[in-house]
Amino acid sequence: MFEVRFHGRGGQGVVTAAELLSVAAFLDGHEAQAIPSFGSERMGAPVVAFCRVADSPIRLREPVSEPDLVVVGDATLLHHVDVFAGLKPEGFVLVNSPHSLRELRLSDLEHRHDPSHLATVAATDLARLHVGRPMPNVCLLGAVAGLTGCVSIASLEAATAARFDQRVATANSAAARAGFAAVRRAGDRAVQRA
Amino acid sequence: MRRQIEGSRAIAETVAACRPQVVPAYPITPQTHIVEALGTMAKEGALGSCRFLTVESEFAALSAALGASATGARAYTATASQGLLYMAEVLYNVSGLGLPVVMTVANRAIGAPINIWNDQSDAMSQRDCGWVQLYAEDNQAAVGLHVLAFRLAEQLSVPVMVCVDGFVLTHAVEPIEVPDQAAVDGFLPPYQPRQQLDPDEPVTIGAMVGPEAFTEVRMLSHLAQVRAVPELAELAAEYAGATGHRVEAVSSYRTDGASTVLLTLGSVTGTARDLADELAEEGRQVGVVSLTLYRPFPLEQVRAALAGAEHVVVVERAFAPGLGGVVASDVLTALVGTPTRVSSVVAGLGGRAVTKAALRSALDDAEAGRLDDFGFLGVDLGLVDQEFLRAAGAHARAVSTHDLGLPGPRRG
Repeated sequence: MFEVRFHGRGGQGVVTAAELLSVAAFLDGHEAQAIPSFGSERMGAPVVAFCRVADSPIRLREPVSEPDLVVVGDATLLHHVDVFAGLKPEGFVLVNSPHSLRELRLSDLEHRHDPSHLATVAATDLARLHVGRPMPNVCLLGAVAGLTGCVSIASLEAATAARFDQRVATANSAAARAGFAAVRRAGDRAVQRA
Repeated sequence: MRRQIEGSRAIAETVAACRPQVVPAYPITPQTHIVEALGTMAKEGALGSCRFLTVESEFAALSAALGASATGARAYTATASQGLLYMAEVLYNVSGLGLPVVMTVANRAIGAPINIWNDQSDAMSQRDCGWVQLYAEDNQAAVGLHVLAFRLAEQLSVPVMVCVDGFVLTHAVEPIEVPDQAAVDGFLPPYQPRQQLDPDEPVTIGAMVGPEAFTEVRMLSHLAQVRAVPELAELAAEYAGATGHRVEAVSSYRTDGASTVLLTLGSVTGTARDLADELAEEGRQVGVVSLTLYRPFPLEQVRAALAGAEHVVVVERAFAPGLGGVVASDVLTALVGTPTRVSSVVAGLGGRAVTKAALRSALDDAEAGRLDDFGFLGVDLGLVDQEFLRAAGAHARAVSTHDLGLPGPRRG
């Protein structure tokens, strides 16, 4: 089972991201479950959502406490919320930021986890470019596909097309592909350096 | 066809496939997505001639459902928490009149203090209102239970409440198959009321009954309700034949040879079954018995399912202050005369997640002989102690102030 925890702020599409990831995984032929963790339901308040992907029916209904992947949709949460709590040693990290992990003072993650499993992506900037709004969620999911391979980019685009009207879906698909490409390029550079 | 959809969406589509004729709706979290979806379908014309009524309160919602049902219409509504409490008077009227209303309760805590999250205090508070109560263990079960609910209600002239854990199920997105219209139509014929209010042929229903017959009326409603036990078994078999999805009033998991058994209602069942698998891999046998049917209470099935268990740990998502477990009391009734021990563990109040780790700690305590007859799972005793002492201190100060006639609180 591959377990994902999304951190973000109310209004950033965190719950929708977990839902879309589950739909993409389902379209890929997996079993999937998305569960929101509803808190205050206020714009800007910290929000958490979860997604599980597995190859047999998922019966477990507790929140994800030992994630395989942590997605941080808002880097301002990094020093307020223990976003990496319980992250498995072989786990993945994706942070929405134009800065590197080092610039975000997250270098110590590289000591605890495989550096090739860690990435940042400027998803808000890419969303502004492709969607015209600072809505980073679908772009981040593209980066999730690129970083972890837990879903295919094709299914992610199909999930996006099913969720939004055509104009919004097309723009978000472009953002997802941009996110996917950005982490792939970063991965290639890391391989070249190594 | 299975689709990856939200539980509330699946419930709304299922209710639509049951061809309700009147849906009075009032929003309350976490039930709102269900009636919102039905409202959208009604506006798009997808509910045929169904009247979707937006009303001013939950009291009005169930009153309208009552009136509609009394005129011979298939009526449905949904609520949660304080909304269900606001319906309390009407709940008894609907069951007393023998009207087959179906209602979803998206289970949520009751205030004060206000809390929007899941537990089962709402439905448990109305367990004796004369409605059949069904609890869904997952969203696939929730779908099937709604179709079964209409058929059961109309066959027995008893209202049915389908309880679905709020957020945990209503807001979960997972693979769910909503039966197609033909399958639902094949299973659920149009409602044929046995009596109905009709201005052209006026009758009175629910007229006053005095002491000479009231007990008999109540006994008749008890007899009608307990018929739901065999009736549900028959209908569930027919539903499984039509759709491939089976629901059971009481289901057992890994109970063969298990001396300790967890008893669950609702969405915690899946987590408990996962834990039973994990423990089996470690060589520990723990069974899970889950109840879908809670009212009428399936005494014989519960007794049979728990035969062989030495210790039953009832996972309660509500409790009776001043007594303890709600469900455990019923389980004890089923087990009367047996040596089986029953412990009641209150878990997951007000949205606290019921985790495998927490359930495992209860089982560890049970097997070590440390589990009390009644307790709270994963409770922060430090916080309780602190508040208790603070309150006791304030009380002590108040008493001493009063006794000594001093003008203010004493220090030290």
